[in-house]
Amino acid sequence: MTAAVEVADLVKHYPKSTRNAVDGLSFRVRHGEIFGLLGPNGAGKTTTVGILTTRIVLTGGSATIGGVDVARDPVAARSKVAVVPQRVNLDRSLNARQNLLFHASYHGIGRSERHALATRLMERMGLADKSKARIDDLSGGQAQRLMIARALIHRPEVLFLDEPSTGLDPQARLFVHDRVNDLRSEGVTVVLTTHDMEEAEKLSDRVGVVDHGRMLTVDTPTALIRSLPGSGTIDARLRPNGFDSDKLTGLLSDIPGVRRVEAPGGSTALDGVSPETELRLYVDGEPGSLLGPIAAKLHDNDITVSDLSLGSASLEDVFIELTGRDLR
Amino acid sequence: MTGTTQSSIRAFWAVLGRDVFVTGREMPSFLAQVLVQPVALLFIFGKVLGQLGYTQPGYAQILLPGMIALNSFLVALQNTSFPLVLDFSFSREIEDRLLAPLPITWVAVEKMLFGAFRGLFAALLMFPIGLLMLGNVAWDLSGLPFAVLCMVLGSLVGGAVGLTVGAAVPPRRINIMFAVILAPLIFTGASQFPWAQLDQLRWFQVVCAFNPLTYVSEGMRGALLPNVPHMAPWVCLLALLGACVIFGALGIKFFLRRALD
Repeated sequence: MTAAVEVADLVKHYPKSTRNAVDGLSFRVRHGEIFGLLGPNGAGKTTTVGILTTRIVLTGGSATIGGVDVARDPVAARSKVAVVPQRVNLDRSLNARQNLLFHASYHGIGRSERHALATRLMERMGLADKSKARIDDLSGGQAQRLMIARALIHRPEVLFLDEPSTGLDPQARLFVHDRVNDLRSEGVTVVLTTHDMEEAEKLSDRVGVVDHGRMLTVDTPTALIRSLPGSGTIDARLRPNGFDSDKLTGLLSDIPGVRRVEAPGGSTALDGVSPETELRLYVDGEPGSLLGPIAAKLHDNDITVSDLSLGSASLEDVFIELTGRDLR
Repeated sequence: MTGTTQSSIRAFWAVLGRDVFVTGREMPSFLAQVLVQPVALLFIFGKVLGQLGYTQPGYAQILLPGMIALNSFLVALQNTSFPLVLDFSFSREIEDRLLAPLPITWVAVEKMLFGAFRGLFAALLMFPIGLLMLGNVAWDLSGLPFAVLCMVLGSLVGGAVGLTVGAAVPPRRINIMFAVILAPLIFTGASQFPWAQLDQLRWFQVVCAFNPLTYVSEGMRGALLPNVPHMAPWVCLLALLGACVIFGALGIKFFLRRALD
């Protein structure tokens, strides 16, 4: 069976650039899968999606959608994909419902069928009362949902969602997440690009982390987190009792099984009256087994502990581990 | 015919249908946009100045074919270029059509053709308005078919130049587009004067020869008013066909450059 999306040794070089925007990227997306494409700004995600949706011409390698080569037959590829862009690109000369109807007619869907589909999709996206609304009168969330409806009306094989919940309120975000999950049950393949690790972890069957135009790793979120060295965490809240943070970090790092210690929140107290410090310890193996040794060590040094809690690494930790902390 | 070609043809008609639908909805503003300027020009130069005795009696007759030509060319040009500049910049509305299952070249051709339709429509409207305003029009009706041919070609060239300009002008330059492109085109297109009589002003005659509108005006005037000195019809026809091909190719090239990265 052919993959829904197959990218092999993809290269894109922009004429005025010194390096390749996409530099030998390869990955496969299976039918019906939700695939998260993660990467820092400028990593090559948008360019990759641009190539797969035929708006960017590739320099080398190959990209196919449902077996159709996007470079060789862009017209056929366009009927297999749909894109929900980050920025609103709805047709402002048409109202909400007409946006769906005309889009369907570009894709050759007959009159009665497109009217029925438009009604159903507007309802499903919570826009039933907005069918005559002008585009400029829609809120950000409504415009986003209308773009998803528009994307789905020609029954694409692969749906590309670019940063689906940027700028949405929590309600709208949840709504979009639910709709994406619906698509999974309908067997629509979804490729989503996002910076939101929580979103990627929640929605994606598998994620691929891209940086500098290359695929660093592809796996399920759980497997990626598990593969991270020091994937268990222990959050500690304590009063340092005269220890400065370097000394404290050194003290805890010496405990066998603790890989590294970070201070995510820094010091919480303001006046130094009772300064409490929060630390996160990244540990190998089962974090629970280290609670005892940590508590004992702190106790031996007269450090008061107010809380020790277990956690696990998140996709964000994997992302930072792979792509580094530098700003782009 | 392959399935892809069939779906491309269907998509082409749907994209054209969208533009027709939108124009229908915006009819009043479209009419204002295409009629106010030429009607004002015709009224001042053809009627007011004539009645005050500042222009010779036959001038209005010379002006009318020129105004029809001007409308065909300029309305087509403006209606192709302005929406395109916006489409490619902040509205990005055109993306939906660039992702429709048809070759991108066809989207460019559709834009050009539709601009030409609007130009043609605006030019046709000038016929009854001119007749009403000027009262009597002494046209040689045997020249009407050739005049209409020039008008059609004029609209097509207008659409082609509009596609070229619209895809080439960056959005932040749109405000100077009127000053440096449209105004010179309006006044060097022989629509207010017969080009053939410019021999006393040789340099200006040469400048006008570079404006495609000159050939629309001269072709129409020569056909409808054969007694007024005019350019040979075959020259007009050849120049317009040439301009169609050159600007059409250039416009499609620029459009593809903007539509694809």
